[in-house]
Amino acid sequence: MDYTGFLANIAILVLSGFIGFAVISKVPNTLHTPLMSGTNAIHGIVVLGALVVLGTAHNPSIPLQIISFVAIVFGTVNVIGGFVVTDRMLAMFKTRSVASTDGKN
Amino acid sequence: MDILVYALYIVAVAMFIIGLSGLTAPRSAVRGNKIAAAGMGVAFIATLIHIRDTSSWLVIVAALVVGVIVGIPPARKVKMTAVPQLVALFNGVGGGTVALIAWGEFIESDGFTGLRVASGPVLPLVIASLFAAIIGSLSFWGSVVAFLKLQQILPGHPLSVGRLQQPLNAILFLGSVVAAIIVGIGSANTGADPVWFGAILILAGILGVMTVLPIGGADMPVVISLLNALTGLSAAAAGLALNNIAMIVAGMLVGASGTILTNLMAKAMNRSILSIVAGGFGGGSKGVAATSSGDQLAKSTSAADAAIKLAYANQVIVVPGYGLAVAQAQHAVKDMAKVLEARGIEVKYAIHPVAGRMPGHMNVLLAEADVSYDAMIEMDDINDEFSRTDVTIVIGANDVTNPGARTDPNSPIFGMPVLNVDQSRAVIVLKRSMSSGFAGIENPLFFGANTTMLFGDAKKSVAQVTEELKAL
Repeated sequence: MDYTGFLANIAILVLSGFIGFAVISKVPNTLHTPLMSGTNAIHGIVVLGALVVLGTAHNPSIPLQIISFVAIVFGTVNVIGGFVVTDRMLAMFKTRSVASTDGKN
Repeated sequence: MDILVYALYIVAVAMFIIGLSGLTAPRSAVRGNKIAAAGMGVAFIATLIHIRDTSSWLVIVAALVVGVIVGIPPARKVKMTAVPQLVALFNGVGGGTVALIAWGEFIESDGFTGLRVASGPVLPLVIASLFAAIIGSLSFWGSVVAFLKLQQILPGHPLSVGRLQQPLNAILFLGSVVAAIIVGIGSANTGADPVWFGAILILAGILGVMTVLPIGGADMPVVISLLNALTGLSAAAAGLALNNIAMIVAGMLVGASGTILTNLMAKAMNRSILSIVAGGFGGGSKGVAATSSGDQLAKSTSAADAAIKLAYANQVIVVPGYGLAVAQAQHAVKDMAKVLEARGIEVKYAIHPVAGRMPGHMNVLLAEADVSYDAMIEMDDINDEFSRTDVTIVIGANDVTNPGARTDPNSPIFGMPVLNVDQSRAVIVLKRSMSSGFAGIENPLFFGANTTMLFGDAKKSVAQVTEELKAL
C-alpha cells in the first residue's frame, strides 16, 4: 500500500465516524439495548481480519495457526451470537400492536 | 478479482449503514438488524474470495464451525434478564479477536519487519496495529470482568485497591504504551522482540481488569457501552493496518455509536465518563449520607392495602429497576397492569436511562413481557406527570428515584437527573429489605409521608397484589 491508499483509508475512517454519529444520534432510549447488541455484532467484522491474516500468510507457522484459529472462533461467536440475540430481542418489539391487551402469544 | 472483493465490501458497508438507520425506530429495527447481518454475509464472502488461494482452509473451516457451534446456543437460549452479560461476553471476544489479529500480524511479519520491507506508510500501519493490540486486549479483559460481575461470579460492588488505583492504572497504561513504542522502534530495525509484544497484551489486559473491577453495578451501562465503543475503534484500527475498508467503516460506525451511547449514559448520571472509569462513588460522602437518616422510619404495607390504593387510582406509573430484572418480575407486572387496565386505570412505565445494567435494559425486559413500547416513557417526558399521578409503584429501583439528587447538595448523586417519584400522591416501593441501593446511598423517598414499603420478592409481591386486585 502507498501513502495515497493509506490517506484514502483515513478519509473513509473519518467520514464513517460522522455517518455513525449522524445515524445513531436519532435512536430512542427504547432501542438502546438492541442498538448496543446490534453494533456489538457489527464489530464482529474483525473476523474478516483474522481470515485475512491467516489466509494471506505463506506457510503459516503453528503459533500463527493457533492464534488465528482462536481469533476466527472468537470473531465468529461475536458475529453470529450478536446478530441472533439482537434478532430475538427485536422480535419482542415487533409483535407489538396498538392494542396490547391480547395475551402472550 | 480484487476489484470484485472491493466492490462487495462497498455493498456490505452500505448495508451496515442502512441496517443501523433501521435500528433507530422500533418498526424498522428487525429489518435493520437483518440487513446488517446480510451485509456481514456479503463482507464475509468477499473475504473468502480474497483469500481463495490460501493453504489454510482446514483451519479456517474448523474455526468457523466451532465459532458457530459455540456462538448460537447461548444467543438463542439465554434469558432476557441475562442479556447484559451476554453482550459483555460477545463484546469481549470481539476485542480478543482484534488483539489476536495484531499478534498474528506481528508473528507473520517477523516482528513487523515484513512491513518494513514494503514501501509506503509503514509507521502509521505499525501504530495502527499496536493501537489495536492495546485496545483489543483491554477490551477483552475488561469485558470478561464485566461479564463475571454481571453473572455474579465476582461480587457486583466496587472492588478496588483504594488510593493506589489510579496511579496503578496510569502506570499500566504508560507501561503498555512504552512497550508499544519499543516494539515500534524494533520493527523499524531488525524486528521487535516478541517479549515486548507479549508485554503490550499483558499490561493492557491487566489495565482492562483493573479498570472494570472498581466500577459498581449501577455504572455498568456506561462501562458496557464504553467497552463496545473501544472494541469498535480497535476494529477500525485493525482495518487500517490490514487495508480492509469493511473493517474500517464497520469499526468506526460502532465506535461512533458506542461513544454516543456512553455519553448519554454518563449524562443521565450527571457524571463524566472519566469519573466513572476512575472508580465508584467516593467512600467519604457515602458514610455521612448513610448515617444522617438512620433514625427515620419507613412505613411498611401489605399487598391488600397496596391493591386497594391501586384500585381507586386513575393513573398508575410503574418505575422498574434492576431489582425487577433480578426477580424476573416483568410478566407479573404485566399481569397486574392488565387487571388495572381492565378497571379503566391508565398504567404507564417510567424508564430512567440508566435503570438496569445496560442501556435500555428495562425496555427489553418489559417488551419481553409484551408491554407496549408506547407505554414506556422516557424520564424527561414523564417527570411532569408524577404530580398528577395517584399511585407510583417502584419495583426494584432505588438510586434513580432518590429525591436527594434534586434537593440534598451533600448527596453523592446530587445533580443526577432522577424520576420525580416523590411528587406523586402515593408511592409504593417494592423492595427486598431496607438495604441501600447499589451506590450505597440512603434514599429519602422511602421515608416520605406518602411512601409505603412492600417488602419481599418483587415477583411474589406483585403477584399477591394482582390476586388482591382480582378479589376486590
